[in-house]
Amino acid sequence: MIQDLVIYAVFIGYALGLLLTFGTVLTWVERKQAAVMSDRIGANRAYVRIPFTQIKLVWLGLFHGLADGLKMLLKEDFRPRSYDPFAYALAPWLAFTPVLLVFAVVPFGGTLVPGELIPALAGWFGDRSYPMQIARLDAGLLIVFAFGGVAIIGAMLAGWSSSNKFSLLGALRAGSQMISYELVMGLTVLGLIVIYGTLDLNAIVQQQSGVALGFLPAWGIVYQPFAAILFLTAAIAENRRIPFDLPEAESELIAGYFTEYSAMKMGLFMFAEFIEIAIIGALFTTLFLGGYNLPYLTDGGFVFPGDHVVDLPHAVVVVLQLLTFLVKVFVMCSFQILVRWSLPRFRYDQVLRFAWKFMFPLALANLAVTAVAVWAFGAVSA
Amino acid sequence: MTRKPYKRKAYWNNPTMTWWERAYLFEIVRGLSITGGVFLHNMWRWISGRKGALTTYYPEETRADYAAHNRGKHILTQRPDGRPQCIACNLCATVCPALCIEIEAAFDPDDPAHPKSPARFEIDYSRCVFCGLCVEACPEDAIRMLKEVPALPAYGRGHMWLTKDELLNWNPHRDVAKPYPPRGGRAPGGPA
Repeated sequence: MIQDLVIYAVFIGYALGLLLTFGTVLTWVERKQAAVMSDRIGANRAYVRIPFTQIKLVWLGLFHGLADGLKMLLKEDFRPRSYDPFAYALAPWLAFTPVLLVFAVVPFGGTLVPGELIPALAGWFGDRSYPMQIARLDAGLLIVFAFGGVAIIGAMLAGWSSSNKFSLLGALRAGSQMISYELVMGLTVLGLIVIYGTLDLNAIVQQQSGVALGFLPAWGIVYQPFAAILFLTAAIAENRRIPFDLPEAESELIAGYFTEYSAMKMGLFMFAEFIEIAIIGALFTTLFLGGYNLPYLTDGGFVFPGDHVVDLPHAVVVVLQLLTFLVKVFVMCSFQILVRWSLPRFRYDQVLRFAWKFMFPLALANLAVTAVAVWAFGAVSA
Repeated sequence: MTRKPYKRKAYWNNPTMTWWERAYLFEIVRGLSITGGVFLHNMWRWISGRKGALTTYYPEETRADYAAHNRGKHILTQRPDGRPQCIACNLCATVCPALCIEIEAAFDPDDPAHPKSPARFEIDYSRCVFCGLCVEACPEDAIRMLKEVPALPAYGRGHMWLTKDELLNWNPHRDVAKPYPPRGGRAPGGPA
């Protein structure tokens, strides 16, 4: 029992560290990638001087994120005079916490056998094994959508409680947009559920470890390429980033629903947005890119076609799986930033029309075709 | 009151989209491949140790493509012994439309050919208009302008003065008008 507690404490620490690191580093990645995409150099002036020396560490401008965080922590926490104090204070946390909680059901690695990893503790751990995931729930995907719904409340509450017209307009936009795209997101994922026959994210990832058509990795994107595109689009809209950043459209609404927030409260909204980039990357990786699976890598080592087997120690396999997951998530984050710096913003009627008249029918059609195909050929696992 | 139904104004260059553009996704993919291609191209340049940006790191790096006759930073030319060629006649300070040159003359009885020289020669770059009149007014070819720009960024107007020491820093390999670098004598800006 106490062993479980230790292992899960380690998992939770890893997940929290991972998300907060991603949230911080992504601000830097966003700046630098945007700069490189447009032939610029990007932020490179913030430095940390080693005390008592003239050695200035610039590190490609990595410290700009640190400077931003410090600035937000030290700024005046300005509050509007006419506002609902409780809801106003609660809203940033309601926007921030669910984003972190979604990661609880995302598997970030294969099976961990602590006894095999640390031989000194083999006696204590016995032959227990843990899937590298904070909470292995049968209803994993439902949890993801449930927490997505809570994030809407955060945005709505922020807009309503700050008693500002711009905030309220932003909140209304955020609410209708997020609910519309949540529906599309759910429908696209339904296709995957039909194929894999489970809501458990770990089981979904395990079913993606094989090989499809003899050479392709059996990833979700191979079976559901259409759903993958729709899911990613809906997820970006759900995160309210360009081209779907209508709730925050600076030219129209100042900053949308968090106009009246300053200092770290506003920082929480921004941080939540950046962490959600990583969450979307993690979800996309889990559902469509095979999660922690490398092609041909099993828990025992590589098994190449033609029965070439390369046995690897458990520690190497664990690290490889963790790294694979991280790299996939990072590539997806980078892709989202690429989209954000390439496309112009929609008009608001276009956003909703795009959701209801374009993506919704396509998602339904995708689901219908998938259902017919599964009925005709049988599920993947069968 | 009856209202006329709204009629959309037709523009002469009314944009029309083909069905391919209307399908949206393909054009999005095209746009993303353009930006992604630029990203990969620049990133490859950075990774392989070259510069992948058009930007110049401004104060540390000056652009190489200034015109050859750009009027930028002032310099004072030197005699073969390293003293300034300037005779502190104040013509440049007089002609200067921005009134940004300040000269304080010194007297040297040991050099009867050039008894006057500048003890202080300072230019206020927060006011200089880079017209080049000082260069034209100088009877001694003592002040010239290089194509490089002075180190302008500063935290206050008080830090934007160029002093005699800095103006005497010019040390080219070769000059058509006189032997450069100056031979022998005192160091530039040294004691008289």
